[in-house]
Amino acid sequence: MSTHHVTRSTMLSRFALVTAIALVVLLAAAPAWASTATLRLIGEVMIYLALASLWNLLAGYTGLVSVGQQAYVGFGGYMLFTLAIHAGMHPLAAIPAAGIAAALVSIPVAKLVFRLNGAYFAIGTWVVAEVFRLVFAQMSSLGGGSGSSLPITIMKEMAGSKAMRESLIYWAALMLGVGSVAFVYMLLRSRIGLALTAIRDSETASLSLGIAIPRIKLAVYVCVSAATAMVGSLIFLQKLRIAPDAAFSVNDWTVLVIFMVVIGGIGTIEGPIIGTILFFILREFLADLGSIYLMILGVLAIVIMVISPKGIWGLVSDRLGISLLPVGYRVETREDLR
Amino acid sequence: MGYAAHGIITMLLLDSLSKRYGALVVTDSFSFEVAQGEFVGILGPNGAGKTTLFNLIAGTVKPDTGTITFQSRDITREGAAARCRSGISRSFQIPHPFVGMTVFENVLVGATFGRKAEGSVDYAMQALELSGLSKKANQLAGSLPLLGRKRLELARALATEPRLLLLDEIAGGLTESECHELLDVLRQVHASGVTIVWIEHVVRALLSVAQRLVVVNFGKKIADGAPDKVMDSSEVKSVYLGEDALV
Repeated sequence: MSTHHVTRSTMLSRFALVTAIALVVLLAAAPAWASTATLRLIGEVMIYLALASLWNLLAGYTGLVSVGQQAYVGFGGYMLFTLAIHAGMHPLAAIPAAGIAAALVSIPVAKLVFRLNGAYFAIGTWVVAEVFRLVFAQMSSLGGGSGSSLPITIMKEMAGSKAMRESLIYWAALMLGVGSVAFVYMLLRSRIGLALTAIRDSETASLSLGIAIPRIKLAVYVCVSAATAMVGSLIFLQKLRIAPDAAFSVNDWTVLVIFMVVIGGIGTIEGPIIGTILFFILREFLADLGSIYLMILGVLAIVIMVISPKGIWGLVSDRLGISLLPVGYRVETREDLR
Repeated sequence: MGYAAHGIITMLLLDSLSKRYGALVVTDSFSFEVAQGEFVGILGPNGAGKTTLFNLIAGTVKPDTGTITFQSRDITREGAAARCRSGISRSFQIPHPFVGMTVFENVLVGATFGRKAEGSVDYAMQALELSGLSKKANQLAGSLPLLGRKRLELARALATEPRLLLLDEIAGGLTESECHELLDVLRQVHASGVTIVWIEHVVRALLSVAQRLVVVNFGKKIADGAPDKVMDSSEVKSVYLGEDALV
């Protein structure tokens, strides 16, 4: 007789999890040990980590290659300004509220763009983002094309001192960054993750094994849109100013994010983390070079895509056969000798 | 005629089903009834429309005209996923493994989404053992050779806890002993109460388990009945052996 036992973690993954928790605790205490500049930098890393993880879930796992996620970044930002200025809501409470609003808006958008496949879907999402930009540029109560600023009184209500405000915004960024990675990890370990992996490999077989593909894709799209809008609302809470071109910038909120995911490793949880960190390291060292810096980024992305289509993490995990955040199932057979 | 008159419960009923691709008629007003607990074999030359028939029953393809009734419910307009959850499961002639997932995970997909009950991990393990794949549980499905992939098709289909199992050419290329093993598995599944419809070119294997034989040619049913009678009918002989054989 033999008995079977299914495990989902390895020694390495448990070690990685403990290390990750320790790191998060250390980062949560950053306002106590870091300078304002460092705090802002880590906050920005966290914001991009969130955007990259979310875009990776959409494109790398669900096959929805959107180049229009700036629609939700901008929408979230504008929602925060609307709710804080015109509805008198606390700015931090406006972040989840912006997420809920984006979830509601993303459903009819999905009905529209889900009619398109592949490249047409990508273009469709971009068009939708442009429509969002044009709509918000028309709203005179939000400053129209020139945008608007968040009154200082609202910021003072959030916290009395500037240091406290910086800390609050930092913690919110940390929550969104770590929260997004944790959300993606847990989702992929759930039955939805099993379905997504199956859909990625064969839609035909997935359907005939009972997976309701449209419903699962819609659920992921709505969740990612809501979370992206929350990140967007925090970005503009920190900037204190919003204008249509900055809010719906395809370069800032989608192109850079795609770069991070692709060099790190699309379709892996670890990839966006590595890609985000690598991007910021490159930026710290090369940003002074101006446009040459962007060329270096472009060349790097092409080289990595040619050498390893699954990015840096894909290369590492294939060579070493490891996964820090495993989502699969391993069957262990124990021979029962009784 | 129908089975109802004989007190037999109808599992599946196809009523004058037609499907055409342009000028090509692949299913031509096909009517077909399967009783609960039956084991039906389907024979026919290549391109006769056998796989299309399965696509229509499983919901991968929608018919132009006609209706499909499963357990007294009209499912003609239902999608493939919903049909699987209500108890229709199929294996593909050309295997569609989830190549990036392990063999166990492949089967787990069926056990998780194809059935309503809980305990999908245990059920997947059972299906894996029944189809003789448990030793390969942690192997990537993409690394399996063709025979392994065919076996995986069967394992996944079984994992959905089907009431009606549609098998599309799973015996081709097996050695004598492998074929015996497969037939044992099918007998076991059938004995547990699953209704089976099996498309197969390996006639000997098919005849050893099928209680009824249906022969399809040019999208039409040309024979339907007890296996020995069907194999003896002149029309079937002419399809398989050519007109001359009858002279």
